[in-house]
Amino acid sequence: MPGRYSISRDDVAHVAMLARLELSDAELDTYTDQLGAVLDHAADVAALDLAGVPPTSHALALANVLRPDEPRPCLDRAEVLASAPAVEDDRFRVPSIMGEAP
Amino acid sequence: MTGGDLGGWEMVVGLEVHCELKTATKLFCGCPNVFGDEPNTNVCPVCLGLPGSLPVLNQQAVELAMAIGTALGCEIRPSTFHRKNYFYPDMPKDYQISQYDEPINVDGHLELPDGSVVGIVRAHLEEDTGKTTHAGGTGRIHGSDYSLVDYNRSGVPLVEIVSAPDIRSAAQARAYAAELRGVLVATGASDGRMEEGSMRVDANVSVRRGPDAPFGTRCEIKNLNSLRSLARAVEYEARRQIEVLESGGTVAQQTRHWDEDAGRTVTLRSKEEATDYRYFLEPDLVPVVPDAQWITAVADTLGMLPAARRARLVDLLRADGGAGGAGAAPTAAQQDQIATVVDLGLDDLVVGTVAAGVAAPLTLARAANEAATEPELARGLDPVAFAALLGMEESGSLSATQVKSVLAELMRSGGDPAAIAAAKGFEALAEDTLVATVAELVAAHPDEWQRFCDGDDKLAGFFTGQVMKATQGKANGKAVAAELRRLRG
Repeated sequence: MPGRYSISRDDVAHVAMLARLELSDAELDTYTDQLGAVLDHAADVAALDLAGVPPTSHALALANVLRPDEPRPCLDRAEVLASAPAVEDDRFRVPSIMGEAP
Repeated sequence: MTGGDLGGWEMVVGLEVHCELKTATKLFCGCPNVFGDEPNTNVCPVCLGLPGSLPVLNQQAVELAMAIGTALGCEIRPSTFHRKNYFYPDMPKDYQISQYDEPINVDGHLELPDGSVVGIVRAHLEEDTGKTTHAGGTGRIHGSDYSLVDYNRSGVPLVEIVSAPDIRSAAQARAYAAELRGVLVATGASDGRMEEGSMRVDANVSVRRGPDAPFGTRCEIKNLNSLRSLARAVEYEARRQIEVLESGGTVAQQTRHWDEDAGRTVTLRSKEEATDYRYFLEPDLVPVVPDAQWITAVADTLGMLPAARRARLVDLLRADGGAGGAGAAPTAAQQDQIATVVDLGLDDLVVGTVAAGVAAPLTLARAANEAATEPELARGLDPVAFAALLGMEESGSLSATQVKSVLAELMRSGGDPAAIAAAKGFEALAEDTLVATVAELVAAHPDEWQRFCDGDDKLAGFFTGQVMKATQGKANGKAVAAELRRLRG
Protein backbone atom coordinates (compact mmCIF):
# COMPACT_ATOMS: atom_id res chain seq x y z
CA MET A 1 0.00 0.00 0.00
CA PRO A 2 1.60 3.31 -1.05
CA GLY A 3 2.12 5.69 1.86
CA ARG A 4 2.77 9.41 1.93
CA TYR A 5 6.47 9.03 1.09
CA SER A 6 6.18 6.27 -1.48
CA ILE A 7 8.71 6.20 -4.26
CA SER A 8 7.95 6.04 -7.98
CA ARG A 9 9.27 3.42 -10.37
CA ASP A 10 11.09 6.23 -12.23
CA ASP A 11 12.79 7.31 -9.00
CA VAL A 12 14.04 3.79 -8.45
CA ALA A 13 15.28 3.55 -12.05
CA HIS A 14 17.12 6.88 -11.60
CA VAL A 15 18.74 5.83 -8.31
CA ALA A 16 19.75 2.51 -9.88
CA MET A 17 21.38 4.36 -12.78
CA LEU A 18 23.32 6.58 -10.34
CA ALA A 19 24.49 3.46 -8.50
CA ARG A 20 25.41 1.87 -11.86
CA LEU A 21 22.99 -1.00 -11.26
CA GLU A 22 21.31 -2.62 -14.24
CA LEU A 23 17.84 -3.74 -13.14
CA SER A 24 15.35 -5.80 -15.09
CA ASP A 25 11.69 -4.68 -15.25
CA ALA A 26 10.77 -7.31 -12.69
CA GLU A 27 13.55 -6.15 -10.36
CA LEU A 28 12.41 -2.54 -10.74
CA ASP A 29 8.92 -3.55 -9.60
CA THR A 30 10.30 -5.50 -6.65
CA TYR A 31 12.57 -2.68 -5.45
CA THR A 32 9.89 -0.04 -5.95
CA ASP A 33 7.66 -2.01 -3.58
CA GLN A 34 10.44 -2.69 -1.07
CA LEU A 35 11.84 0.84 -1.00
CA GLY A 36 8.30 2.20 -0.73
CA ALA A 37 7.76 0.05 2.35
CA VAL A 38 10.97 1.39 3.91
CA LEU A 39 9.89 4.97 3.31
CA ASP A 40 6.44 4.24 4.70
CA HIS A 41 8.07 2.95 7.84
CA ALA A 42 10.12 6.15 8.13
CA ALA A 43 6.92 8.12 7.57
CA ASP A 44 5.63 6.78 10.90
CA VAL A 45 7.94 9.29 12.57
CA ALA A 46 6.02 12.11 10.92
CA ALA A 47 2.95 11.06 12.87
CA LEU A 48 4.67 11.89 16.16
CA ASP A 49 4.51 15.27 17.86
CA LEU A 50 8.11 16.45 17.55
CA ALA A 51 7.62 20.11 18.39
CA GLY A 52 10.54 21.15 20.58
CA VAL A 53 12.78 18.26 19.51
CA PRO A 54 15.84 19.70 17.77
CA PRO A 55 16.92 18.09 14.48
CA THR A 56 19.70 15.60 14.95
CA SER A 57 22.33 14.44 12.49
CA HIS A 58 23.43 11.40 14.42
CA ALA A 59 22.18 8.63 16.68
CA LEU A 60 25.09 9.24 19.08
CA ALA A 61 24.88 12.28 21.34
CA LEU A 62 28.54 13.08 20.75
CA ALA A 63 30.51 15.93 19.17
CA ASN A 64 34.19 16.73 18.60
CA VAL A 65 35.52 13.19 18.48
CA LEU A 66 39.07 13.94 17.39
CA ARG A 67 42.47 12.32 17.20
CA PRO A 68 45.89 13.96 17.61
CA ASP A 69 47.81 14.72 14.38
CA GLU A 70 50.31 11.91 14.91
CA PRO A 71 51.49 9.48 12.19
CA ARG A 72 50.59 5.81 12.46
CA PRO A 73 52.16 2.89 10.58
CA CYS A 74 50.95 2.35 7.00
CA LEU A 75 50.32 -0.87 5.15
CA ASP A 76 53.10 -2.63 3.29
CA ARG A 77 52.91 -1.64 -0.36
CA ALA A 78 53.58 -5.09 -1.74
CA GLU A 79 50.72 -6.44 0.37
CA VAL A 80 48.40 -3.65 -0.75
CA LEU A 81 49.18 -4.04 -4.44
CA ALA A 82 48.93 -7.83 -4.24
CA SER A 83 45.17 -7.54 -3.85
CA ALA A 84 44.78 -5.32 -6.92
CA PRO A 85 43.60 -6.87 -10.21
CA ALA A 86 46.29 -4.99 -12.15
CA VAL A 87 49.41 -3.04 -11.16
CA GLU A 88 51.92 -0.95 -13.10
CA ASP A 89 54.78 1.23 -11.76
CA ASP A 90 53.69 0.56 -8.16
CA ARG A 91 50.29 2.06 -8.96
CA PHE A 92 46.83 0.57 -9.35
CA ARG A 93 46.09 0.10 -13.02
CA VAL A 94 42.45 0.83 -13.81
CA PRO A 95 40.38 1.13 -17.00
CA SER A 96 40.37 4.63 -18.44
CA ILE A 97 37.26 6.61 -17.70
CA MET A 98 36.07 9.38 -19.96
CA GLY A 99 35.72 12.74 -18.27
CA GLU A 100 37.40 13.88 -15.13
CA ALA A 101 36.53 13.32 -11.50
CA PRO A 102 33.99 15.79 -10.08
CA MET B 1 47.69 39.72 -19.93
CA THR B 2 45.19 41.05 -22.45
CA GLY B 3 42.89 42.65 -19.93
CA GLY B 4 40.41 45.42 -20.22
CA ASP B 5 37.60 46.33 -22.53
CA LEU B 6 34.98 43.66 -23.22
CA GLY B 7 32.87 45.86 -25.52
CA GLY B 8 30.03 46.62 -23.10
CA TRP B 9 30.07 43.19 -21.50
CA GLU B 10 31.04 42.50 -17.90
CA MET B 11 32.64 39.30 -16.69
CA VAL B 12 31.47 37.76 -13.42
CA VAL B 13 33.93 35.43 -11.72
CA GLY B 14 33.83 33.36 -8.57
CA LEU B 15 36.79 31.23 -7.51
CA GLU B 16 36.93 27.90 -5.69
CA VAL B 17 40.31 27.38 -4.09
CA HIS B 18 41.33 23.98 -2.74
CA CYS B 19 44.06 24.29 -0.14
CA GLU B 20 45.91 21.19 1.11
CA LEU B 21 46.44 21.59 4.84
CA LYS B 22 49.96 21.32 6.22
CA THR B 23 49.21 18.59 8.74
CA ALA B 24 51.46 15.68 9.68
CA THR B 25 48.74 13.14 8.86
CA LYS B 26 45.66 12.71 6.68
CA LEU B 27 42.16 13.94 7.56
CA PHE B 28 40.68 10.66 8.76
CA CYS B 29 43.66 8.36 9.36
CA GLY B 30 47.23 8.46 10.67
CA CYS B 31 48.95 8.04 7.29
CA PRO B 32 51.64 10.69 6.69
CA ASN B 33 50.58 13.70 4.61
CA VAL B 34 53.71 14.11 2.48
CA PHE B 35 54.08 15.30 -1.11
CA GLY B 36 56.34 13.35 -3.45
CA ASP B 37 56.76 10.06 -1.56
CA GLU B 38 56.97 6.73 -3.39
CA PRO B 39 53.50 5.84 -4.76
CA ASN B 40 51.10 3.92 -2.50
CA THR B 41 53.40 3.95 0.52
CA ASN B 42 51.27 6.27 2.68
CA VAL B 43 48.12 4.20 2.67
CA CYS B 44 46.05 2.23 5.19
CA PRO B 45 42.63 0.54 5.30
CA VAL B 46 40.87 3.88 5.92
CA CYS B 47 42.25 5.81 2.94
CA LEU B 48 42.05 2.73 0.70
CA GLY B 49 38.37 2.34 1.57
CA LEU B 50 38.78 -1.23 2.79
CA PRO B 51 35.68 -2.80 4.37
CA GLY B 52 35.28 -2.27 8.10
CA SER B 53 37.63 0.68 8.38
CA LEU B 54 36.40 3.79 10.20
CA PRO B 55 37.45 7.45 9.86
CA VAL B 56 38.60 9.47 12.90
CA LEU B 57 38.89 13.25 12.44
CA ASN B 58 42.28 14.98 12.72
CA GLN B 59 42.16 17.75 15.35
CA GLN B 60 44.94 19.77 13.71
CA ALA B 61 43.05 19.82 10.40
CA VAL B 62 39.98 21.18 12.16
CA GLU B 63 42.03 23.87 13.88
CA LEU B 64 43.74 24.92 10.64
CA ALA B 65 40.30 25.19 9.00
CA MET B 66 39.19 27.37 11.91
CA ALA B 67 42.34 29.49 11.53
CA ILE B 68 41.53 30.03 7.83
CA GLY B 69 37.95 30.95 8.75
CA THR B 70 39.18 33.42 11.35
CA ALA B 71 41.65 35.01 8.92
CA LEU B 72 38.85 35.42 6.35
CA GLY B 73 36.45 36.97 8.84
CA CYS B 74 34.08 34.00 8.66
CA GLU B 75 31.52 32.89 11.18
CA ILE B 76 32.79 29.57 12.58
CA ARG B 77 29.82 27.24 13.01
CA PRO B 78 28.87 23.77 14.20
CA SER B 79 29.41 21.50 11.21
CA THR B 80 28.78 18.00 9.89
CA PHE B 81 30.25 15.71 7.23
CA HIS B 82 28.48 14.17 4.23
CA ARG B 83 29.30 11.46 1.73
CA LYS B 84 29.49 12.71 -1.84
CA ASN B 85 28.87 9.60 -3.93
CA TYR B 86 30.47 9.11 -7.33
CA PHE B 87 32.28 6.41 -9.22
CA TYR B 88 35.79 7.27 -10.19
CA PRO B 89 38.96 5.36 -9.35
CA ASP B 90 40.61 8.32 -7.56
CA MET B 91 38.28 7.61 -4.60
CA PRO B 92 38.43 3.95 -3.58
CA LYS B 93 35.43 4.28 -1.23
CA ASP B 94 33.30 5.49 -4.18
CA TYR B 95 32.47 8.55 -2.11
CA GLN B 96 34.35 11.58 -0.87
CA ILE B 97 33.78 12.80 2.68
CA SER B 98 33.06 16.51 2.52
CA GLN B 99 31.11 19.18 4.35
CA TYR B 100 27.85 19.97 2.58
CA ASP B 101 24.99 22.01 4.05
CA GLU B 102 26.69 22.71 7.38
CA PRO B 103 30.27 23.87 6.62
CA ILE B 104 32.59 24.94 9.43
CA ASN B 105 33.16 28.48 8.05
CA VAL B 106 30.61 30.74 6.35
CA ASP B 107 30.13 34.35 5.32
CA GLY B 108 33.59 35.96 5.32
CA HIS B 109 35.48 38.34 3.07
CA LEU B 110 38.94 39.07 1.71
CA GLU B 111 40.18 42.60 1.11
CA LEU B 112 42.61 42.90 -1.80
CA PRO B 113 45.61 45.28 -1.90
CA ASP B 114 43.69 47.65 -4.21
CA GLY B 115 40.99 48.03 -1.55
CA SER B 116 38.33 45.92 -3.30
CA VAL B 117 36.55 43.31 -1.20
CA VAL B 118 35.58 39.81 -2.34
CA GLY B 119 32.98 37.92 -0.32
CA ILE B 120 33.71 34.41 0.98
CA VAL B 121 30.64 32.20 0.86
CA ARG B 122 32.13 29.27 2.76
CA ALA B 123 35.40 27.52 3.60
CA HIS B 124 34.78 23.86 4.37
CA LEU B 125 36.78 20.73 5.18
CA GLU B 126 36.99 17.76 2.84
CA GLU B 127 39.39 14.98 1.89
CA ASP B 128 41.57 15.02 -1.22
CA THR B 129 41.40 12.27 -3.83
CA GLY B 130 44.12 9.94 -5.06
CA LYS B 131 46.29 10.95 -7.98
CA THR B 132 45.48 9.43 -11.37
CA THR B 133 47.96 9.36 -14.22
CA HIS B 134 46.48 8.77 -17.65
CA ALA B 135 48.61 6.38 -19.66
CA GLY B 136 48.69 5.21 -23.23
CA GLY B 137 46.96 6.94 -26.14
CA THR B 138 47.62 10.68 -26.14
CA GLY B 139 48.61 10.80 -22.47
CA ARG B 140 45.65 13.11 -21.87
CA ILE B 141 42.36 12.25 -20.28
CA HIS B 142 40.58 11.78 -23.58
CA GLY B 143 42.01 8.97 -25.65
CA SER B 144 44.00 7.33 -22.86
CA ASP B 145 43.95 3.54 -22.70
CA TYR B 146 44.10 3.18 -18.93
CA SER B 147 44.94 5.07 -15.77
CA LEU B 148 47.38 4.50 -12.92
CA VAL B 149 46.37 5.47 -9.40
CA ASP B 150 48.50 6.48 -6.42
CA TYR B 151 46.51 6.76 -3.18
CA ASN B 152 49.12 8.67 -1.15
CA ARG B 153 47.02 11.82 -1.62
CA SER B 154 43.74 10.05 -0.90
CA GLY B 155 42.41 11.48 2.37
CA VAL B 156 44.81 14.41 2.62
CA PRO B 157 42.94 17.27 4.35
CA LEU B 158 41.69 20.11 2.18
CA VAL B 159 39.87 23.32 2.86
CA GLU B 160 37.76 24.47 -0.09
CA ILE B 161 37.30 28.23 -0.09
CA VAL B 162 34.39 29.42 -2.22
CA SER B 163 34.27 33.10 -3.11
CA ALA B 164 31.14 35.05 -3.95
CA PRO B 165 30.79 35.99 -7.65
CA ASP B 166 32.30 39.38 -6.82
CA ILE B 167 35.29 39.33 -9.17
CA ARG B 168 35.02 41.46 -12.32
CA SER B 169 38.34 41.14 -14.17
CA ALA B 170 41.16 38.70 -14.83
CA ALA B 171 43.54 40.97 -12.92
CA GLN B 172 41.23 40.96 -9.89
CA ALA B 173 40.95 37.16 -10.07
CA ARG B 174 44.71 36.93 -9.99
CA ALA B 175 44.99 39.46 -7.15
CA TYR B 176 42.40 37.51 -5.13
CA ALA B 177 44.24 34.21 -5.56
CA ALA B 178 47.58 35.84 -4.69
CA GLU B 179 46.18 37.52 -1.57
CA LEU B 180 44.41 34.33 -0.49
CA ARG B 181 47.66 32.41 -0.93
CA GLY B 182 49.39 34.95 1.32
CA VAL B 183 46.67 34.50 3.95
CA LEU B 184 46.86 30.69 3.78
CA VAL B 185 50.63 30.78 4.23
CA ALA B 186 50.35 33.30 7.08
CA THR B 187 47.89 31.09 8.99
CA GLY B 188 50.32 28.20 8.74
CA ALA B 189 47.60 26.18 6.97
CA SER B 190 49.40 25.85 3.64
CA ASP B 191 52.73 26.19 1.90
CA GLY B 192 50.82 27.82 -1.00
CA ARG B 193 52.69 25.90 -3.69
CA MET B 194 50.48 25.92 -6.76
CA GLU B 195 53.06 24.03 -8.81
CA GLU B 196 52.88 21.08 -6.36
CA GLY B 197 49.10 21.25 -6.29
CA SER B 198 48.88 22.25 -2.64
CA MET B 199 46.74 25.20 -3.76
CA ARG B 200 44.39 24.52 -6.69
CA VAL B 201 42.06 27.03 -8.26
CA ASP B 202 38.85 26.49 -10.24
CA ALA B 203 37.15 29.51 -11.79
CA ASN B 204 33.42 29.96 -12.41
CA VAL B 205 33.08 32.43 -15.27
CA SER B 206 30.02 34.04 -16.82
CA VAL B 207 29.35 37.26 -18.70
CA ARG B 208 26.48 39.75 -18.74
CA ARG B 209 25.59 43.02 -20.43
CA GLY B 210 26.67 45.49 -17.78
CA PRO B 211 26.55 45.58 -13.97
CA ASP B 212 22.74 45.63 -13.67
CA ALA B 213 21.97 42.69 -15.96
CA PRO B 214 21.16 39.27 -14.46
CA PHE B 215 24.00 36.75 -14.22
CA GLY B 216 24.65 34.66 -17.33
CA THR B 217 25.16 30.88 -17.51
CA ARG B 218 28.52 29.99 -16.03
CA CYS B 219 31.27 27.60 -16.97
CA GLU B 220 33.70 26.09 -14.50
CA ILE B 221 37.36 26.15 -15.58
CA LYS B 222 39.73 23.54 -14.17
CA ASN B 223 43.47 22.88 -14.43
CA LEU B 224 44.66 26.36 -13.43
CA ASN B 225 48.14 25.61 -12.14
CA SER B 226 49.52 29.11 -11.75
CA LEU B 227 48.33 32.66 -11.17
CA ARG B 228 49.25 33.39 -14.77
CA SER B 229 47.13 30.50 -16.05
CA LEU B 230 44.22 31.72 -13.91
CA ALA B 231 44.33 35.22 -15.39
CA ARG B 232 44.75 33.98 -18.96
CA ALA B 233 42.00 31.36 -18.67
CA VAL B 234 39.47 33.77 -17.14
CA GLU B 235 40.12 36.34 -19.86
CA TYR B 236 39.92 33.72 -22.60
CA GLU B 237 36.72 32.17 -21.25
CA ALA B 238 34.91 35.51 -20.87
CA ARG B 239 35.78 36.43 -24.47
CA ARG B 240 34.74 32.96 -25.69
CA GLN B 241 31.32 33.33 -24.06
CA ILE B 242 30.88 36.85 -25.45
CA GLU B 243 31.64 35.56 -28.92
CA VAL B 244 29.08 32.75 -28.52
CA LEU B 245 26.40 35.19 -27.34
CA GLU B 246 27.14 37.85 -29.93
CA SER B 247 26.84 35.28 -32.70
CA GLY B 248 23.36 34.42 -31.43
CA GLY B 249 24.25 31.27 -29.51
CA THR B 250 23.75 30.32 -25.87
CA VAL B 251 26.38 29.39 -23.29
CA ALA B 252 26.01 25.81 -22.10
CA GLN B 253 26.76 25.13 -18.42
CA GLN B 254 29.92 23.06 -18.63
CA THR B 255 33.11 22.09 -16.94
CA ARG B 256 36.02 23.16 -19.14
CA HIS B 257 39.70 22.35 -19.03
CA TRP B 258 42.38 25.05 -19.48
CA ASP B 259 45.01 24.05 -22.04
CA GLU B 260 47.99 26.20 -21.11
CA ASP B 261 49.97 25.44 -24.27
CA ALA B 262 47.08 26.12 -26.63
CA GLY B 263 45.91 29.10 -24.55
CA ARG B 264 42.27 28.05 -24.60
CA THR B 265 39.58 26.18 -22.67
CA VAL B 266 38.08 22.94 -23.97
CA THR B 267 34.91 21.23 -22.83
CA LEU B 268 35.26 18.31 -20.40
CA ARG B 269 31.66 17.39 -19.61
CA SER B 270 28.26 18.82 -18.91
CA LYS B 271 27.69 19.70 -15.29
CA GLU B 272 25.91 17.02 -13.32
CA GLU B 273 23.14 18.16 -11.03
CA ALA B 274 24.21 18.44 -7.39
CA THR B 275 21.56 15.89 -6.38
CA ASP B 276 23.23 13.26 -8.52
CA TYR B 277 25.95 12.96 -5.89
CA ARG B 278 23.33 11.61 -3.46
CA TYR B 279 24.84 13.48 -0.52
CA PHE B 280 23.94 12.00 2.82
CA LEU B 281 25.26 12.45 6.32
CA GLU B 282 28.41 10.44 7.03
CA PRO B 283 27.20 8.05 9.74
CA ASP B 284 30.76 7.28 10.91
CA LEU B 285 31.54 10.87 11.96
CA VAL B 286 29.90 13.01 14.61
CA PRO B 287 29.46 16.82 14.37
CA VAL B 288 32.23 19.30 15.09
CA VAL B 289 30.95 21.95 17.49
CA PRO B 290 33.57 24.60 18.28
CA ASP B 291 32.80 26.62 21.40
CA ALA B 292 33.90 30.21 21.96
CA GLN B 293 36.90 29.16 24.03
CA TRP B 294 38.23 26.86 21.30
CA ILE B 295 37.65 29.49 18.60
CA THR B 296 39.53 32.10 20.66
CA ALA B 297 42.42 29.72 21.35
CA VAL B 298 42.84 29.10 17.61
CA ALA B 299 42.54 32.82 16.80
CA ASP B 300 45.32 33.55 19.32
CA THR B 301 47.74 31.37 17.34
CA LEU B 302 47.24 33.37 14.14
CA GLY B 303 50.27 35.20 12.82
CA MET B 304 50.09 38.65 11.24
CA LEU B 305 48.15 38.59 7.97
CA PRO B 306 49.57 40.08 4.74
CA ALA B 307 47.30 43.15 4.84
CA ALA B 308 48.52 44.02 8.35
CA ARG B 309 52.13 43.37 7.35
CA ARG B 310 51.81 45.72 4.37
CA ALA B 311 50.22 48.36 6.61
CA ARG B 312 53.14 48.06 9.02
CA LEU B 313 55.60 48.90 6.22
CA VAL B 314 53.44 51.80 5.00
CA ASP B 315 53.51 53.14 8.57
CA LEU B 316 57.31 52.85 8.65
CA LEU B 317 57.58 54.87 5.44
CA ARG B 318 55.14 57.50 6.66
CA ALA B 319 57.00 57.86 9.95
CA ASP B 320 60.30 58.13 8.13
CA GLY B 321 59.18 60.75 5.68
CA GLY B 322 61.26 59.69 2.72
CA ALA B 323 61.02 61.54 -0.55
CA GLY B 324 57.50 62.83 0.00
CA GLY B 325 58.13 64.11 3.53
CA ALA B 326 56.69 62.77 6.79
CA GLY B 327 53.17 61.39 6.46
CA ALA B 328 53.31 61.08 2.67
CA ALA B 329 51.71 58.04 1.05
CA PRO B 330 54.10 55.51 -0.54
CA THR B 331 54.84 55.97 -4.22
CA ALA B 332 53.65 53.35 -6.72
CA ALA B 333 57.19 51.96 -6.84
CA GLN B 334 57.25 51.71 -3.05
CA GLN B 335 53.87 49.94 -3.05
CA ASP B 336 55.34 47.34 -5.40
CA GLN B 337 58.37 47.03 -3.12
CA ILE B 338 56.09 46.54 -0.11
CA ALA B 339 54.12 43.83 -1.93
CA THR B 340 57.35 42.04 -2.90
CA VAL B 341 58.81 42.24 0.59
CA VAL B 342 55.63 40.90 2.24
CA ASP B 343 55.19 38.18 -0.39
CA LEU B 344 58.75 36.95 0.16
CA GLY B 345 58.56 37.21 3.94
CA LEU B 346 61.25 39.90 4.21
CA ASP B 347 59.15 42.37 6.18
CA ASP B 348 60.63 41.44 9.55
CA LEU B 349 64.07 42.12 8.05
CA VAL B 350 62.94 45.58 6.92
CA VAL B 351 61.39 46.40 10.28
CA GLY B 352 64.49 45.23 12.16
CA THR B 353 66.84 47.16 9.86
CA VAL B 354 64.86 50.39 10.18
CA ALA B 355 64.79 49.89 13.95
CA ALA B 356 68.59 49.71 13.80
CA GLY B 357 68.65 53.22 12.38
CA VAL B 358 68.57 52.99 8.55
CA ALA B 359 66.12 55.14 6.57
CA ALA B 360 62.95 53.23 5.64
CA PRO B 361 62.91 54.06 1.88
CA LEU B 362 66.50 52.86 1.37
CA THR B 363 65.91 49.71 3.46
CA LEU B 364 62.73 48.88 1.58
CA ALA B 365 64.35 49.43 -1.82
CA ARG B 366 67.42 47.31 -1.00
CA ALA B 367 65.25 44.54 0.50
CA ALA B 368 62.83 44.44 -2.46
CA ASN B 369 65.37 44.89 -5.25
CA GLU B 370 68.63 43.38 -4.01
CA ALA B 371 67.96 41.05 -1.05
CA ALA B 372 64.87 39.69 -2.83
CA THR B 373 66.99 38.09 -5.54
CA GLU B 374 67.85 35.38 -3.00
CA PRO B 375 64.76 35.27 -0.76
CA GLU B 376 65.76 32.09 1.10
CA LEU B 377 69.11 33.62 2.06
CA ALA B 378 67.62 37.04 2.69
CA ARG B 379 65.18 35.66 5.27
CA GLY B 380 68.22 34.54 7.27
CA LEU B 381 69.91 37.95 7.17
CA ASP B 382 70.72 39.54 10.51
CA PRO B 383 68.97 42.95 10.53
CA VAL B 384 71.86 44.46 12.47
CA ALA B 385 74.39 43.40 9.81
CA PHE B 386 72.05 44.54 7.02
CA ALA B 387 71.69 47.89 8.83
CA ALA B 388 75.48 48.21 9.17
CA LEU B 389 75.84 47.63 5.41
CA LEU B 390 73.15 50.11 4.42
CA GLY B 391 74.63 52.57 6.93
CA MET B 392 77.86 52.49 4.88
CA GLU B 393 75.81 53.35 1.80
CA GLU B 394 74.05 56.19 3.60
CA SER B 395 77.33 57.65 4.84
CA GLY B 396 78.83 57.44 1.37
CA SER B 397 81.63 55.07 2.27
CA LEU B 398 80.22 52.42 -0.13
CA SER B 399 78.60 52.97 -3.52
CA ALA B 400 75.32 51.29 -4.42
CA THR B 401 77.19 48.88 -6.70
CA GLN B 402 79.58 47.95 -3.90
CA VAL B 403 76.67 47.44 -1.50
CA LYS B 404 75.15 44.86 -3.89
CA SER B 405 78.42 42.98 -4.03
CA VAL B 406 78.89 42.98 -0.24
CA LEU B 407 75.24 42.00 0.28
CA ALA B 408 75.58 38.94 -1.95
CA GLU B 409 78.54 37.79 0.16
CA LEU B 410 76.81 38.67 3.44
CA MET B 411 73.72 36.61 2.49
CA ARG B 412 75.81 33.60 1.50
CA SER B 413 78.33 33.54 4.30
CA GLY B 414 77.30 36.03 6.99
CA GLY B 415 80.00 37.99 8.80
CA ASP B 416 80.80 41.65 9.26
CA PRO B 417 79.86 43.87 6.30
CA ALA B 418 82.78 46.24 6.94
CA ALA B 419 85.23 43.33 6.89
CA ILE B 420 83.68 41.94 3.68
CA ALA B 421 83.94 45.39 2.06
CA ALA B 422 87.59 45.70 3.13
CA ALA B 423 88.39 42.20 1.83
CA LYS B 424 86.90 43.17 -1.54
CA GLY B 425 89.06 46.28 -1.59
CA PHE B 426 86.01 48.51 -1.33
CA GLU B 427 87.68 51.26 0.61
CA ALA B 428 85.90 54.52 0.34
CA LEU B 429 87.40 56.71 -2.30
CA ALA B 430 89.44 59.37 -0.52
CA GLU B 431 87.85 62.76 -0.94
CA ASP B 432 90.89 64.30 -2.63
CA THR B 433 90.95 61.40 -5.17
CA LEU B 434 87.31 62.03 -5.96
CA VAL B 435 87.86 65.78 -6.36
CA ALA B 436 90.85 65.13 -8.63
CA THR B 437 88.98 62.58 -10.74
CA VAL B 438 86.03 64.89 -11.25
CA ALA B 439 88.37 67.75 -12.24
CA GLU B 440 90.18 65.55 -14.78
CA LEU B 441 86.94 64.42 -16.41
CA VAL B 442 85.54 67.95 -16.55
CA ALA B 443 88.71 69.02 -18.36
CA ALA B 444 88.47 66.04 -20.73
CA HIS B 445 84.86 66.84 -21.75
CA PRO B 446 84.62 70.62 -22.23
CA ASP B 447 81.49 70.53 -24.41
CA GLU B 448 79.51 68.45 -21.93
CA TRP B 449 80.75 70.62 -19.08
CA GLN B 450 79.58 73.76 -20.87
CA ARG B 451 76.11 72.30 -21.38
CA PHE B 452 75.97 71.33 -17.71
CA CYS B 453 76.98 74.87 -16.74
CA ASP B 454 74.26 76.18 -19.07
CA GLY B 455 71.73 74.36 -16.92
CA ASP B 456 71.33 70.96 -18.61
CA ASP B 457 71.22 68.90 -15.40
CA LYS B 458 71.04 65.64 -17.33
CA LEU B 459 74.77 65.98 -17.91
CA ALA B 460 75.30 65.32 -14.18
CA GLY B 461 74.45 61.71 -14.96
CA PHE B 462 77.01 61.64 -17.76
CA PHE B 463 79.79 62.88 -15.47
CA THR B 464 78.76 60.55 -12.64
CA GLY B 465 78.95 57.64 -15.07
CA GLN B 466 82.41 58.72 -16.20
CA VAL B 467 83.61 59.00 -12.60
CA MET B 468 82.20 55.54 -11.77
CA LYS B 469 83.99 54.08 -14.76
CA ALA B 470 87.25 55.73 -13.81
CA THR B 471 87.00 54.54 -10.18
CA GLN B 472 85.57 51.05 -10.85
CA GLY B 473 82.36 51.96 -9.06
CA LYS B 474 84.06 53.04 -5.84
CA ALA B 475 82.88 56.63 -6.00
CA ASN B 476 79.73 57.62 -4.14
CA GLY B 477 77.15 59.01 -6.56
CA LYS B 478 75.90 61.62 -4.16
CA ALA B 479 79.42 62.86 -3.43
CA VAL B 480 80.11 63.14 -7.17
CA ALA B 481 76.91 65.13 -7.70
CA ALA B 482 77.84 67.44 -4.84
CA GLU B 483 81.31 68.02 -6.26
CA LEU B 484 79.86 68.78 -9.74
CA ARG B 485 77.48 71.34 -8.27
CA ARG B 486 80.34 72.88 -6.28
CA LEU B 487 82.50 73.25 -9.39
CA ARG B 488 79.67 74.81 -11.37
CA GLY B 489 79.26 77.29 -8.56
